[in-house]
Amino acid sequence: MSEKNAISINNADKIFNEGRDDEVVALSNINLDVKEGEFVSLIGPSGCGKSTMLRLIGDLLEPTQGSVEVFGKSAHQARIDQDYGMVFQHAGLFDWRRVAANIELPLELHGWSKSDRATRSQEMLDLVKLPDFGGYYPRQLSGGMQQRVSIARALSFEPKLLLMDEPFGALDEMTREHMQIELLRIWEETGTTVVFVTHSIPEAAFLSNRVVVLSPRPGQVHSVIDVDLGQRTESTRQDSDFFNAATEVREALRAVEEQE
Amino acid sequence: MKSAKVTRVFFTVVFVIFFLVLLWEGYKWMGQQTDDQWPGTNFGLPVATNDTIMPHFVDVVGELTAEIRDGQSSMPMYAFLLKKAWFTFQEAAIGFILGLTIGMGLAVLMSRWKVSERGLLPWINVSQTIPLIALAPVVVTWGRNQGLPDLFSISLISTYLTFFPVAVSGLRGLQSPDAAHVELMHSYAASWRTTLFKLRLPAARPYLFPALKLAGSLSIVGAIVGEISIGRKTGLGRAILEYALRYAIFPERLYASVIGAAFLGLMVFGMINLAERFFMRRTREVAS
Repeated sequence: MSEKNAISINNADKIFNEGRDDEVVALSNINLDVKEGEFVSLIGPSGCGKSTMLRLIGDLLEPTQGSVEVFGKSAHQARIDQDYGMVFQHAGLFDWRRVAANIELPLELHGWSKSDRATRSQEMLDLVKLPDFGGYYPRQLSGGMQQRVSIARALSFEPKLLLMDEPFGALDEMTREHMQIELLRIWEETGTTVVFVTHSIPEAAFLSNRVVVLSPRPGQVHSVIDVDLGQRTESTRQDSDFFNAATEVREALRAVEEQE
Repeated sequence: MKSAKVTRVFFTVVFVIFFLVLLWEGYKWMGQQTDDQWPGTNFGLPVATNDTIMPHFVDVVGELTAEIRDGQSSMPMYAFLLKKAWFTFQEAAIGFILGLTIGMGLAVLMSRWKVSERGLLPWINVSQTIPLIALAPVVVTWGRNQGLPDLFSISLISTYLTFFPVAVSGLRGLQSPDAAHVELMHSYAASWRTTLFKLRLPAARPYLFPALKLAGSLSIVGAIVGEISIGRKTGLGRAILEYALRYAIFPERLYASVIGAAFLGLMVFGMINLAERFFMRRTREVAS
C-alpha cells in the first residue's frame, strides 16, 4: 500500500430532488481518504447512502456540494480516463454476448484490436478461474460464475480502482465465502484499490483494511474501523482476530441503530 | 432447422388443415341432416349450412384450379390470385419497410429525449383512431397531385398501419435495459450513440420481433384496404371486393380469394420469422 491517495472525498453532500417536497438528503458532510492499493468497505443499514457514495466516486452521480477526487483528478475526469472498473450486485452481463465478448466489451469501446481483445479476455478468464468458459452464454453459467465474469470485465482494462456494489449479495453463503477468497487473491495479484459496498458484517471484516460504518438519514460517516488480519485463508474465519474485528463492526452498527 | 423438425412441422400443418376441413364438413353434413337445427332440438344452428354460406371444401379448392377470365386472356384461378397477390405484396413490402424505418426513427427519438416522448406518444396513439377509409382518399389525392404512382399511395396507407406497433414496441425495447446496464455504459464514458448500438438496440430485439409480425400482417391489411378505397384494379383487394359483391352467385370464389390473402399473410409472417431467427440466433441457442 502506498501513501498516495486513490480517493479523496471532501465535505461532500448529496441531496436528491433539492428544493422539492420529496427532497432527500442522502449524504451529508462526507470526508474520506482511500490510499492506493487499499481495500475499503462501506457498510451501514439500508438507506444510509453507501451505494450513493460509491456512485459519487464513480461519477455516476455528482455531489451537491463538496468535492470528490480520484487519483488527484476530479471524479469526472477519472471516469473519462477510465480509471475505475465497476461491479454490480447483479452481474449485469449482456445476454446476447458470449462470456468472452462480455469481458471484451470495455476493450471494444476503447478501440482495442480483435486479437488483443481475445488475448486479454483469455488472461482475464484465467485470472477468475474460468479458463474454458469464454464460448458460453451468461445464462448457461451459475450466479457465482457470472459474478466472476463481471469482475473479469471490470478488470479487463487494468483500472487502478475497482468499485463494487454488493457484488456477492445475491450469492449463496458457500459461493460467497469462496468468492471472497478469490477476490482477495485477485486484489493481491493486481494491486488494485477496492471500494466495496456490503451489508454483511463478516464480509466487511474479512475483506477490508478499513471498514467505513455509515449512519442513515442523512448518510454520514459514523466511524472507521481498522482491520489487520494479514494473509487471509478459509481458516482465518475461525481466528479470534476475525471475531474481534467482526464484533467491533457489529458494535458500531448497533450504536448507529441506537442513534436513530 | 434440422430436417426432423421440418418434417414434424409439415405433418402438424397437414394434420391441422385436415382437422379443420373435417370440422367444416362434419358441421355442414349435420346441418343438412337436421335442417339447420341442433340434433333432437328446435334450436337453430348459429350458421346456416347451405352451399351459399358454407360451400363444400372441395368446391373451394376446385375453384382455385378453375379457368377464369382476366381481361382478354383466361387462366386458372390460383395463377390469377398469385398474380394479384404479387402486386399487393409489393405495396405491402414498401409500406412495411417505410413503417419500420419511421417507427424505429420515432422510437429512437422518443428514447433519446423524454420531451419528445411526451410530445409524440399521444399523437402516435391518436393516429390509429383515424379510420383508414377516411384517410385513403386524402392520401391518394395528395399523391396524384404530387405525381406519385398509386402504388406508392397504397404503400403509404400500409405504412400508416405498420409504423405504430414498431414505434410503441421499439420504444419499450430501447428502454428495457436495466439501470445497471445503463450505468455500466456510463462508467465506460460511452456516448449516446455507442450505448444505442451496443446496448439498447440489441436489448430491443425481443420486443421488436413480435411487433414486426403484427406489422407484417397489418401491412397487407393496409395494402388491401388501400387498393379497395383507391379502386386500383391490379391487386388482391380489388379481386376480393369483386367476389364479395358476387358472393351470392359464386361463394366459392370469395373463399378462394380469401385463401389467397391468407396465403400471402403466411408468407410475410414466415419471412419475418426467418429474419428473427437470423438476428436472434445467439439468444436462441441458449433458450432451447
